[in-house]
Amino acid sequence: MKIAVCVSHVPDTAAKINIGSDGKSIDQNGVTFVVNPYDEFAIEEALKTKEKFGGETVAISLGGDANKETLRKALAMGIDNAVLLKDEGYRDSGSVAKALADEIRQQGTELVFFGKQSVDFDNSVIGQMTSELLGYNCVSVAVSFSLEGTSVKCEREIEGGKEVVETTLPAVITAQKGLNEPRYASLKGIMAAKKKEIAEKSPSPAANYAEIVGMKKPASKQAGKIVGTDSSAVPELVRLLREEAKVI
Amino acid sequence: MANKYLVFIEQRNGAVKKSSYEAASAAAELASKVSGTVEGIAIGNDIEGLQKFGISKIHHFKNADLLNYSPSAYTEIISKFFNENGFDSLFFGATAMGKDLAPRTAVHIDAGLAIDCVALNIAENEIIATRPVFAGKALIDLKITSPKKVFALRPNVFNANASSGSAEISLHEVQSPNLKVKVTELKKSEGKLDVAEADIIVSGGRGMKGPEHFKLVEELADVLGAACGASRAAVDAGWRPHGEQVGQTGKTVSPNLYVALGISGAIQHLAGMRSSKYIVAVNKDKDAPIFQIADYGIVGDLFEVVPAMINEIKKIKS
Ligand SMILES: Cc1cc2nc3c(=O)[nH]c(=O)nc-3n(C[C@H](O)[C@H](O)[C@H](O)COP(=O)(O)OP(=O)(O)OC[C@H]3O[C@@H](n4cnc5c(N)ncnc54)[C@H](O)[C@@H]3O)c2cc1C
Ligand SMILES: Nc1ncnc2c1ncn2[C@@H]1O[C@H](COP(=O)(O)O)[C@@H](O)[C@H]1O
Repeated sequence: MKIAVCVSHVPDTAAKINIGSDGKSIDQNGVTFVVNPYDEFAIEEALKTKEKFGGETVAISLGGDANKETLRKALAMGIDNAVLLKDEGYRDSGSVAKALADEIRQQGTELVFFGKQSVDFDNSVIGQMTSELLGYNCVSVAVSFSLEGTSVKCEREIEGGKEVVETTLPAVITAQKGLNEPRYASLKGIMAAKKKEIAEKSPSPAANYAEIVGMKKPASKQAGKIVGTDSSAVPELVRLLREEAKVI
Repeated sequence: MANKYLVFIEQRNGAVKKSSYEAASAAAELASKVSGTVEGIAIGNDIEGLQKFGISKIHHFKNADLLNYSPSAYTEIISKFFNENGFDSLFFGATAMGKDLAPRTAVHIDAGLAIDCVALNIAENEIIATRPVFAGKALIDLKITSPKKVFALRPNVFNANASSGSAEISLHEVQSPNLKVKVTELKKSEGKLDVAEADIIVSGGRGMKGPEHFKLVEELADVLGAACGASRAAVDAGWRPHGEQVGQTGKTVSPNLYVALGISGAIQHLAGMRSSKYIVAVNKDKDAPIFQIADYGIVGDLFEVVPAMINEIKKIKS
């Protein structure tokens, strides 16, 4: 079986975010980029599935040369091949999904793992969109995945519990934390990944359906009131919650 | 542009979600500014509370197999209805179901998408959607440039003032829905209130010192009618289930009141709860970053402060 995993290259979650001079994007100075945390769960699930059923794995990323770093990480963890769809410009999520869908179609993979969300624009939509473009079945926000023949069974996280979802291949699964424990890349894996070739392709062009017209920092909240330093402050705290905030 | 809006009304087990009233109200407010119209679409078997919507008409697509969510069937029904009736914008609550459906339907109706919106405004007759990015460290204003548009609205942010209306219900029987992907079972987490849906949340972190002390979190949550949450440190230690984790890799919440007990306020935790309306922190470290976003704080030992809070709230509630 051919298995694909789509990975994005994003600012470290601890990075300080400043708005760039165009007022529409972030200032990348001093920002460290990493593989999207959710995509590590996707990579791990692709590797586990290959270990169980055999086959070949490919990691796909759309973006600039910097994304090669994330693709190398996927290779170091054990993914067989990597493809960079090279495009530096702004693409909205629909346009990213179209490029990914075209590449997946060409690769002929019938099982594709995504992260549930890219922690840059926090969209959580590309997996679902790509599946619809491909006509594949899709389970998003999966915390468990099992495959038997062509039958897929997943649990997905919802408010107040989980849904058990059943479907069949070809399928797209988007990974939520809890799906697995991503492995660390071994030294051997890291060395091997350095020597591997990353295929570079031009993604298919697609129109943007949305445009960022402004970016701003959230209104900084005034640090609040320290009501006290021990339990004697509790009656005052409760009074404030009742009379000032009116939340209890 | 006709400004013909369609709102998806989500039900689980036959009960309508609060976030759907919020989405309907937000859509109605926008429509009033551009002389547009709003209708609703609901999918399921028996659904209670539909007529309470303050919008003119709700289309109920009914089938016994659609009691549970089916991504494939729901996507098909919504997209087809949208396309055949000349709508131009589609609204969802950005719930687990809404976030799954919005991107799927956007593809089918060939629309641009703004997900997890926290504000919607009209500028030059166009809807401008504001949404948090980079874990809430920035906000973007997004303009959808395609003729058709999909918006998903973050729950608990928009006012629900349309819950006492009298919508006309039009029933559509669904013949053989597309069940290629279907939910075969719902596993509820012990019937407790979920952080994603609660008006008040009490969360505990590493400062709770161990799973046994979460009794305190639960008790305070109990007297407040709140849901229990946790930091990743508490979840990773195995003290609490992942479903309770608030933050970047957990759930994003915007309750009226968020109480953080023994939580330092790491950036990834703040990502999930900074849009709460009021934040209370109890932490013994006066320099803990949580105090920078808390409205009210007590710098002290939670093992002394929390029991006093439980008592005081019990007293005023009785
Ligand atoms: C990619 C990534 C994703 C992440 N996602 C999340 C996420 O979704 N959610 C999340 O929460 N974290 C997340 N984190 C982890 C985050 O960085 C912090 O490590 C975590 O939030 C810390 O949890 P904590 O505040 O409970 O623990 P700590 O930071 O250890 O804080 C414990 C606090 O308790 C206080 N305390 C101790 N004893 C007492 C007492 N007796 N009385 C009062 N106060 C006391 C201490 O002063 C301290 O401030 C993520 C990290 C990464 C790298
Ligand atoms: N530029 C990209 N290249 C490859 N995969 C991506 C890209 N952007 C997003 N993805 C995938 O889509 C998932 C969801 O992203 P998003 O919908 O942007 O939050 C991510 O976890 C990745 O698996």
